[in-house]
Amino acid sequence: MTKIVICGVGGQGTILASDILSLVAMEEGYDVKKSEVHGMAQRGGSVISNCIFGKKVYSPLIGLGEGDILLAFEKLEALRSLSYLKKNGKMIVNDYEWLPITVASGDATYPENIIKTLKKKVENLICVDGIKIAADLGNIRTTNVVLLGVLARFLPFKQESWLFVLEKRVPKKTVEINKTAFLLGFASEA
Amino acid sequence: MREFMSGNEAVARGAYEAGCRVACAYPGTPSSEILENIAKYKDKIYCEWSTNEKVALEVASGAVFAGARSLVAMKHVGLNVAADPLFSMGYIGVTGGFVIVSADDPGMHSSQNEQDNRNYARAAKIAMLEPSDSEEARLLTKLGFDISEEFDTPVLLRLTTRISHSYGIVNIDERKEHPPRGYKKDVKKRLILPAHARPRHIIVEERLKKLKDYSNSFPLNRIEWGNRDVGIITSGVSYQYVKEVFPKASVLKLTLTWPFPDKIIKEFAKGVKKVIIVEENDPFLETEIKAIGIDVIGKEKLPVTGELDPYILKRAFGSSEEVYPTQDIPSRPPVLCAGCPHRGVFYVISKLKLTATGDIGCYTLGALPPLNAMDTCVCMGASVGNAFGLERALGDEISDKIVAVIGDSTFFHSGITGLIDIVYNKGTSTIIILDNSTTAMTGLQEHPGTGKTLMGEETKKIALENIAKACGVENVYVIDPYNLKETEEIIKREVKRREPSVIIARRPCVLMVKSEPPLMVISEKCTGCKLCIGLGCPAISIKDNKAVIDKFLCTGCGMCAEVCLKEAIEGNCS
Repeated sequence: MTKIVICGVGGQGTILASDILSLVAMEEGYDVKKSEVHGMAQRGGSVISNCIFGKKVYSPLIGLGEGDILLAFEKLEALRSLSYLKKNGKMIVNDYEWLPITVASGDATYPENIIKTLKKKVENLICVDGIKIAADLGNIRTTNVVLLGVLARFLPFKQESWLFVLEKRVPKKTVEINKTAFLLGFASEA
Repeated sequence: MREFMSGNEAVARGAYEAGCRVACAYPGTPSSEILENIAKYKDKIYCEWSTNEKVALEVASGAVFAGARSLVAMKHVGLNVAADPLFSMGYIGVTGGFVIVSADDPGMHSSQNEQDNRNYARAAKIAMLEPSDSEEARLLTKLGFDISEEFDTPVLLRLTTRISHSYGIVNIDERKEHPPRGYKKDVKKRLILPAHARPRHIIVEERLKKLKDYSNSFPLNRIEWGNRDVGIITSGVSYQYVKEVFPKASVLKLTLTWPFPDKIIKEFAKGVKKVIIVEENDPFLETEIKAIGIDVIGKEKLPVTGELDPYILKRAFGSSEEVYPTQDIPSRPPVLCAGCPHRGVFYVISKLKLTATGDIGCYTLGALPPLNAMDTCVCMGASVGNAFGLERALGDEISDKIVAVIGDSTFFHSGITGLIDIVYNKGTSTIIILDNSTTAMTGLQEHPGTGKTLMGEETKKIALENIAKACGVENVYVIDPYNLKETEEIIKREVKRREPSVIIARRPCVLMVKSEPPLMVISEKCTGCKLCIGLGCPAISIKDNKAVIDKFLCTGCGMCAEVCLKEAIEGNCS
């Protein structure tokens, strides 16, 4: 059984990313469950999606210390969700800073050197500038799919399955750019 | 065919397959997607957003009288609103099958409390089913209609957030039609004045006995024998956590949890050395199991507050795996969106230092810093009555400082009766209706003021100003909350008025309209005074003592430019 935690900020596309990931796992014949939260929690707040696949999956929720892989769309959120990662787990973090309102209003400070802090704690850390890759491609809204491409390197799924699901799941007009975003993430030197 | 579905989608699918004819709801997290998905089958199922949960349950009950299979869905607190017809329907029973879906929210991801609605099944003396994943949500919705018709009872289908918003693989089936049985007058059953209700109560108690026998033999109340040292009794999503954490234990999975299946529980308890109850929130099963004389371990190990997960279960029963400690970092609370029209009203309330009784919706976020523009939030519609009560207790002096703030959908839901109370009882309160022309918090659903129905049809648009006037309010004003100057003038004037006023702050939700080009800060002019920060807009932050605007988040609403005294914020930077 493989347990993946995806965290970020409401509006970054974590839900679509975990949707695609789950459908790919299903496409490959695994049992799969996914869990997320809607409503009040989405309005620019911290968000977490859980995706679990394997031969037979029971819990849709990943407890603390259980995540095999943590995919963080934002650095502060990586730090916040760190406790969901198991001790020898892998972390993929998007090198991106989104100031929470508590920081923007001057009531708190955004921690410095988050990547450095994480490196000290997590041996298996991959840092990627997903926004830059997406921006170079011409649409920063594909950042979530770039990050999925990075994640895909560590999962046992065929590339065709990813591209097949992407085609079904993203808006028609953006199929090509999303496929490219995925492949760029997959090939990135992170 | 296999599909990947959320619990809510699976309930909708189950209703479709069961031949459901009528479905009603008022949106509320985590239940909203049930009716949104039922709307996909609108050629077969009449569906509507009702004005509130009570109305939803009443409309569905009418359809049940006609012998049509019907479903009503709501969040847990919605069932409080609908409790009156719920209890009556408990006595009246059904003709067509009746499934009442309650989506509880342990952990309060998007709710004001974590009440455990299993208690409603017991109190209203009706049957209850608790699915533990999406496939069961589909199956039990269907089975719910069958049980309802067989035992002449409404069936409570009790979901929780982790059922509603978790996804799993579902095996979908064809629809089986159940044409309405037709309406036949039966006053002894459906007109429950005391003389009719007394014999109905006797029938209800007999029904409970029959249901209890059924529950004891119900195949989805099942024992999964394993190691006999420990036996775990559980239901709902907790079953999944148990199977994950204790794969070898003996488990009694309860699915039809009310009436309570005593015999199978006794049998299970005899077969194991020690019984543990794993359930979220109230000790519902635990209380019943203890009452039949079985010694169990339950809430002394597991919390009553919050939701469970595999880690909490492991910890409670002694596993001590080390995890990364929680980090002490700035919190990231949800915020009003950049460009949210509610911000204008809250900015003014904050500036004028008014006491604001609040209500339920996105706009409750106006209570958070830096706006701090809301004092109370009780339940749907409460702002109106709360403002009036404060005024009555403290007199004219405070009434010049009080406003009630309520959303458009919330006002239709249950603000109107409060407004009538103010006019009738000679109050002078000022009610501000934040009219963003949608039910935003739950995902932009239609409501009586939008001119569209759930089924996508055009309909009469009910105007808030007409309602206010019809309630007897003579001072009714419509303002644009992006215009801060006008908003301030009118609020300032109306709170002082010794008559009731209704101010409708009208501008569509920013999520429904195309953004204007973003604004930018002219760094040379910015003095770093942070006035704009007071708006609490997520697009504005301070960098090196100057304000900066994130061009990807900014929607060009222009409120920050209005606030700025140095004219340091300008448009058209793209």
